[in-house]
Amino acid sequence: MNIAVLIKQVPDSTEVKINPETGTLIRAGVPSILNPYDHYALEAALELKRKHNFKVTVVSMGPPQAKAVVQLALALGADEGVLLSDMAFAGSDTWATSYALAKGIKKLGKMDIIFAGMQAIDGDTAQTGPAVAQQLGIPQITFCEHVEVDGRRILARKQIDGGHELLEARPSVLITMIMGKDWAPKHPSFPAVHASLKKPFHVWSAADVGAEAQYLGLKGSPTQVNKIYPPPQREKAAMFSGSGQQGVEKILEVLKAEHFIGE
Amino acid sequence: MIEVSKKCIGCAKCVPVCPFAAINMIDKKATMNEACTLCGACVQVCPVQAITITREEASTRDLSGYKGVWVYVELSEAGDKTHPKKIKQVTFELLSEGRKLADRLGEELCAVLMTDKDHNYEKELGAYGADKVYLVEHDELFEYNTDIFSTVMVSLVTRHKPSVILYGATIQGRDLAPRVASTLYVGLTADCTALSIKDGLLLQSRPAFGGNIMADILAPNSRPQMATVRPNVMKMGEPVHGRAALTVRESAKLDKSLRRVKVLERKIDHGSGAVKIENANVIVSGGRGMKTREKFHQLEELSKLLGGVVGASRAAVDLGFKEKTHQVGQSGTTVSPKLYLSFGISGAVQHIVGMKASDVIVAVNKDPNAPIFNVAKYGIVGDAHEIVPKLIEALKKGK
Repeated sequence: MNIAVLIKQVPDSTEVKINPETGTLIRAGVPSILNPYDHYALEAALELKRKHNFKVTVVSMGPPQAKAVVQLALALGADEGVLLSDMAFAGSDTWATSYALAKGIKKLGKMDIIFAGMQAIDGDTAQTGPAVAQQLGIPQITFCEHVEVDGRRILARKQIDGGHELLEARPSVLITMIMGKDWAPKHPSFPAVHASLKKPFHVWSAADVGAEAQYLGLKGSPTQVNKIYPPPQREKAAMFSGSGQQGVEKILEVLKAEHFIGE
Repeated sequence: MIEVSKKCIGCAKCVPVCPFAAINMIDKKATMNEACTLCGACVQVCPVQAITITREEASTRDLSGYKGVWVYVELSEAGDKTHPKKIKQVTFELLSEGRKLADRLGEELCAVLMTDKDHNYEKELGAYGADKVYLVEHDELFEYNTDIFSTVMVSLVTRHKPSVILYGATIQGRDLAPRVASTLYVGLTADCTALSIKDGLLLQSRPAFGGNIMADILAPNSRPQMATVRPNVMKMGEPVHGRAALTVRESAKLDKSLRRVKVLERKIDHGSGAVKIENANVIVSGGRGMKTREKFHQLEELSKLLGGVVGASRAAVDLGFKEKTHQVGQSGTTVSPKLYLSFGISGAVQHIVGMKASDVIVAVNKDPNAPIFNVAKYGIVGDAHEIVPKLIEALKKGK
C-alpha cells in the first residue's frame, strides 16, 4: 500500500503572545515545531510501514521554511517528502488549504491510506482532514487512536462520545489521529538525519499540482478574518489576600455563601 | 455544477467509481442524479474527459435566496426499542443561541433531524425554540455515518437554502460539518465561543493561535454560513413546554452502498461510576503552580470532599500531573460547572475559554495579576501549597 501523511509546521502555540498595545501577534523568537498530532499520525504510518513494508510519503503546505518539518519526517522514516509552497497559497483558510493539498496528493497518484493529525495546534479546527477526503472523493475516519491493516481491510479504532468504535474501510481512506496517552514525540538519530538528506524531496508550486488561483489564498477562501483582538477583560474578581489560614477561612466562607457546603 | 459533454462514449467507467451511486447510464450517456456531491471521482476516470465540474465563483453567487437558521440535531450513539436515542444537550444549547440569531435576522429557526425512527423529538426541539423541524426518517440513518449524513445534509441545503447552520463541535459535528462545507464550497468556523449578527452576516468569534488571541470571522460570499460550537459554551434557555414546532418530512434516497466505512464494534463505557468532567457540578482544577504530581494529587481528595471531579490546565497535563481527559480548555474539554475552584492556574485564554461559563469561579493564585482573576468571582492571592492541605483538613472536620 501507499500511504500519505499530511503534516503541518506550527508555531509552538503555548509561546505565542499578543502585544496588548498593538493587538498584533508577537511571533518573533517563537519556535516552530511539527504539529504534535501530525507527528503522532506520522508514527502510526511508520508503524504500518515497518509491519507491512508500505511506502510513506509526507505532504505539507507552507512557506519555504516548512521544509524543516518535511525533512524531520524523512529523518523519522518517511520515504518521500512533498512541500507545496507558493505565494498563491498565502491566506488560505481550511477550504482553500484542503483544495491545494488534495491537488498535491492527486499528483502523487493513488494513496491507499492518507493520515493526518486530528487538528493543528495553531488553528484547532480539525477541518482540513475531512475536507481533503471530500475533495478526493474518499471516505474518512476521524479521531482515531489506532490503525491496523489486514490485507485490504483497514481497521481503525475511533473515539466517540463516552466510548469507542472499531471501524472498517477499504482503500482509499483518510484517517485523522488523536494523540495516544503518555505519548512523547520521537527525535531522529544523527545518522537518520544524514540519510534523510538523500531521500526524494519535492517542492511544488500551485501550477505544479494544477491548483487554480481562484480557489487559493484569500480569494479562494470562503472565510475571512474580520478582526483580531486581545481577549475581552471582564469585571475583576472580589480579591482577598489569602496567606495561610486566612485564605482557607475565606474559601470556606465563599463556599458557604454560595451554598456549596453547609453552614 | 457538473456537466457531461457530447464526448461521452457511454463506457460507464464512471458508474462504479462514484462513491455516492449518483451516476446512471441514460441513453448511453452518463447522467448524474441529486446524490452527486461534485466530488470529482468520475472526472478522474473518464477516458475522454467528458465530465466537467465548474464551481461557482464566490463573488458572483446569488445569496439572496438563502434564509433561516438551522441547527443540526445530534442524537446519542446508543439506543434501542426501550431506550430511544436521546437528543444531546448541545443541540438545545445551539437552539437557544440560534433562536436569538433567527430573531435578529427576522428568520425561521429550523432543526435538522436525521434518524431511523422519530420518537416525538419535535416536541422537545420546539420547546427549545425551533419553529420547524426538517425530519428525515430512513432505515439507513440508524447510526451516524459520514457519507450518509453528509449526503442528506447537502441535499437538504441544496433544496431549502438556509443562511446559517450550527453544529455541535463534538466528535460527530466535527466530522460532518467540514465534509458538508467542503462539498458546498462554503465557510466553516470551528469552535466559536460567541455568535452574533453584523450587517446581516453571521459574526463568528473564536480563540486563535492556541487561545492567546480572539478572531472574528465572516463568510460574506458564500451560503450557508456554518459554525461549530463546543458543548457547554452557549447557555441553554428554559424550555417552553407546549411550544410546537412544525414538522416537515423530507425524503431521502439512501442506499447501503453509500456507507463506505462500516462499524464492526461499538463500546460505550457505561460509567465506571466516575462523573465525566463535562457533566460535573463541581470542578477542582490545578495548574503548573501545583508544582509536582504528588501535590496535584491532593486535589483529588479535595474534589471528593466537595462532591466534584478534578480538572487540569494544559500546562499541568503537559507536565504529566493529570491525564488529558481532565484537561479544561480549548484543546481539552469545555466545562460549565456550578463551582470551578482553581489552584495555581494563571489562566491563559486557552484555559479561560474552556471554563468561563462556570457559574461561580473561585481562583487561588500567588500572582495578584494572574489573568484568571479577570474571570473569577472570588480571587484569593495565596499559596496553593499552604491552602490545599488546610482546606482538606477543615472540610473533613466540618463533615
